[in-house]
Amino acid sequence: MRREAPNSLADYGPLLYPAVMLVVFFVVPFSTMIAVSFFKRDPAGFYKTDFVLDNYARFLTTFFGSVLGFSLMLAVLVAICCVAIAFPFTYLLTKCSRKVQTVWLVCLLSVLSLSEVIIGFSWSTLFSRTAGVTNLLVAIGLMSEPQALLPGFGAVLTGMVYQALPYTILVLYPALVRLDPTLLEAARTLGSSPVRAFFNVVTPALRNTLVATLIMVFVFALGSYLLPQILGRPQHWTLSVLITDQAIYQSNMPFAAAMAVFLVLISLALVGLTLLVGRKENAA
Amino acid sequence: MMQNWLRRLYFGVVALFIAAPLVVVLGVSVNQKQDLTFPPKGFSLAWYSQIFTDPEWRSALIASLLLALSSAAIAVSVALPLSWFLWRRKAPWARIFQLLGVAPFILPPVITALGFLTFWATTGFYGQPWTAAISHAIFFVTLPLVTLSLGFASIDNSLVEAASTMGADDRTVARTVVLPLILPYLVSGYAFAFVLSLNEYIIAYMTIGFTMETLPIKIFNALRYGYTPTMAAVSVFFVALAALVFGLIAKFGDIRKLLGAMGSEVR
Amino acid sequence: MSGLSLNDVTKEFGNFKAVDRVALNVPHGTFVCLLGPSGCGKTTLLRMIAGLEEPTSGSIAIDDDDITKVPTHKRDLGMVFQSLALFPHLSVGENIAYPLRIRGRSKDEQARRVDELLKLIHLTGFADRPVAKLSGGQRQRVAIARALALSPRLFLLDEPLSALDAKLREAMQVELRQLQQKLGITTIVVTHDQREAMTMADLVVVMGEGRIRQAAAPVEIYRKPADAFVADFIGMTNLLPVEADGAGRAVVLGTAVPGLSLSAGVKKAQISVRPEDVRLTAPGDGAISGTVTFVRDLGGTIETFVEAGGRTIVAVATPRERPNVVAGSPVGIVLPAESCVVLEK
Repeated sequence: MRREAPNSLADYGPLLYPAVMLVVFFVVPFSTMIAVSFFKRDPAGFYKTDFVLDNYARFLTTFFGSVLGFSLMLAVLVAICCVAIAFPFTYLLTKCSRKVQTVWLVCLLSVLSLSEVIIGFSWSTLFSRTAGVTNLLVAIGLMSEPQALLPGFGAVLTGMVYQALPYTILVLYPALVRLDPTLLEAARTLGSSPVRAFFNVVTPALRNTLVATLIMVFVFALGSYLLPQILGRPQHWTLSVLITDQAIYQSNMPFAAAMAVFLVLISLALVGLTLLVGRKENAA
Repeated sequence: MMQNWLRRLYFGVVALFIAAPLVVVLGVSVNQKQDLTFPPKGFSLAWYSQIFTDPEWRSALIASLLLALSSAAIAVSVALPLSWFLWRRKAPWARIFQLLGVAPFILPPVITALGFLTFWATTGFYGQPWTAAISHAIFFVTLPLVTLSLGFASIDNSLVEAASTMGADDRTVARTVVLPLILPYLVSGYAFAFVLSLNEYIIAYMTIGFTMETLPIKIFNALRYGYTPTMAAVSVFFVALAALVFGLIAKFGDIRKLLGAMGSEVR
Repeated sequence: MSGLSLNDVTKEFGNFKAVDRVALNVPHGTFVCLLGPSGCGKTTLLRMIAGLEEPTSGSIAIDDDDITKVPTHKRDLGMVFQSLALFPHLSVGENIAYPLRIRGRSKDEQARRVDELLKLIHLTGFADRPVAKLSGGQRQRVAIARALALSPRLFLLDEPLSALDAKLREAMQVELRQLQQKLGITTIVVTHDQREAMTMADLVVVMGEGRIRQAAAPVEIYRKPADAFVADFIGMTNLLPVEADGAGRAVVLGTAVPGLSLSAGVKKAQISVRPEDVRLTAPGDGAISGTVTFVRDLGGTIETFVEAGGRTIVAVATPRERPNVVAGSPVGIVLPAESCVVLEK
């Protein structure tokens, strides 16, 4: 059985079903959404067919600008925090025994697969006055009485870092586990301490991986739609929350679609940038 | 050694960060009264039994399980022929379907969700239970696609050639060599899609949210309209289920390999 | 009956000719070694015989059946791959029974044949072991047994012993040769190890740059290489320039070699002299004079490196005839005419 180009129509047979599924249920819905972004809102139903740019014009308001700015700022902050915590952690993890690695990976996958709803609920409980972490501080006498740590920016940031951290570690893992260990050993034999070798050898060797990871975590964080609602105040709402809100509660599907298209463009631009960085790394 | 001590401390802090909210939820879930207090007052497993006895929670559980089982099956059914074709044939343009399979997962989920919402609304199927199964299948098709591509890539070509020198035609090779070798990847692809579908909120919400409740939707609604320790019990149940599934994958397969520790990159 | 015949088989990859008009006719039951440096096209040729590559032109016949267009699975082959290609999901017995199983043979027949073959390869009782639990040599034998399970018309092996350590490899060479003789099956082995080829083959086919350079019995290949490429590739040799002088004598490095002459009209050529044929004497008349640069005493043999006329000549002697020289000694070199192979091409 050689790997060969398909030479008859029958050879394309296996492709038919997946191709139909992906086109009908991904390409068409996606195109529908783009089309709807140019339609008009219909208070009675979902939308009215039309071609208007009103939905996009609404981006120019200061309200929208501040939401966008906040979303981007929050995502950047989450990405930086995650990579800063995850990079040394993942590096140390790859130096552990296989068994330890496996246990950690299972735990991380389990947390990663957790619903945003559950993560939001867990942190809202941890930060609450009745069941929260402040009760412990009271118990050891550091605080006089328990208090709620949410809603607030800190809570939103913590929740989102929690959500994105396993993702970050799992993105970094393949690159770090394949890192040539002799690179570090060479540095050690030349008199570098492990910590210095990590910063002088490992970090520069993986600079492009780090940039790519930052961007991937950034896009991941942009998609967070529940944590800002559960852990934050309305001023902490992100573009994703706004899209959900417009689509479901304000019944303004065209405007939601326009925002979604806009978010896609930002994400695509950044994913493209990641690929570009990745290609450079491969070429080097 | 100093470094070793530092590493332990660092691992400990990360572990604490990851475990803390789950420990609190675990504590809350065994409260005796309908209070969300921690440390728990009293001990009771009543909230766990409520998942199965309370009709609302039970129907949400059943809906979630059905959704996850069926959508993971559809996802695998799409990913298997696609990844097989990409492995078996030299057809560079077919990579576009691989890209289509990965795109929904890379984009922010709200976008995919909104795409499905507009699509089902336009076609008039909005709110039908099966629309959620298809939507989840497309959203999570990435996972079996990645694991299966990895599986196919890991098949040493000489195994396939050896089978054909011994008289096996393409179909026999597929049945006796290829399928047994990718079975672990198939199972883990299904398991990944299953666990993530079980936990997914926004797509389920935007497709069937107004007609029925899955567990994540139910938790979210409970979050808005009245806390109960059952939420915590369900959360613990989900964490345990995910850990069980991934633990089984790790036990019977090589989870490090699945996550890209060895072998070639997925392309 | 012709066991295997190749008629001008050619394989091109783009502009590169991996195999170039290879023609070969082998009687049934012959043990053939395709020998050559890496990239010489030997593996591509083997893969074309197996049907894993399609020839660009030419035809291939097994036992007088033209199989050029027959797909691999209908060619009735047994093949051992370099990686061995044992199925990791099957046990030893299941691996060996695979060709019978996919043909729907009964469980009894499968079990009987597995037992027979395990006995043949001295692994009786190993049927239920997982492949991963075997040693390198055991895996090797299982791969051979699997390839022979159906008594194929043609037995193909691609660098089958390359993964084994030197000692085991030598033992397996003998074992493989004995097995082939017992079964009388036409066998083609690809190898880059000339010792391996010399040990096993009835017919050694030396390939270089996609073409057959020489196809002959092992001793003939060694004693009478067809060209410089073959002489150099098979064993160690001294390749030296030779010229005809006015009197028709052959002159090597300024000294005439008595009894050696070139064909009429040939002015310049090369000679190949095996190191064990080079004799060292006291410097003096009739001998090429040179200086010893290095003596390698390997215990069993002693290699003496002599520089003469800008060339290095190697002489091999046994300890009994130990040449009494050290690095720096002047020495005379005698090339016996009967041992010099003149390569006029």
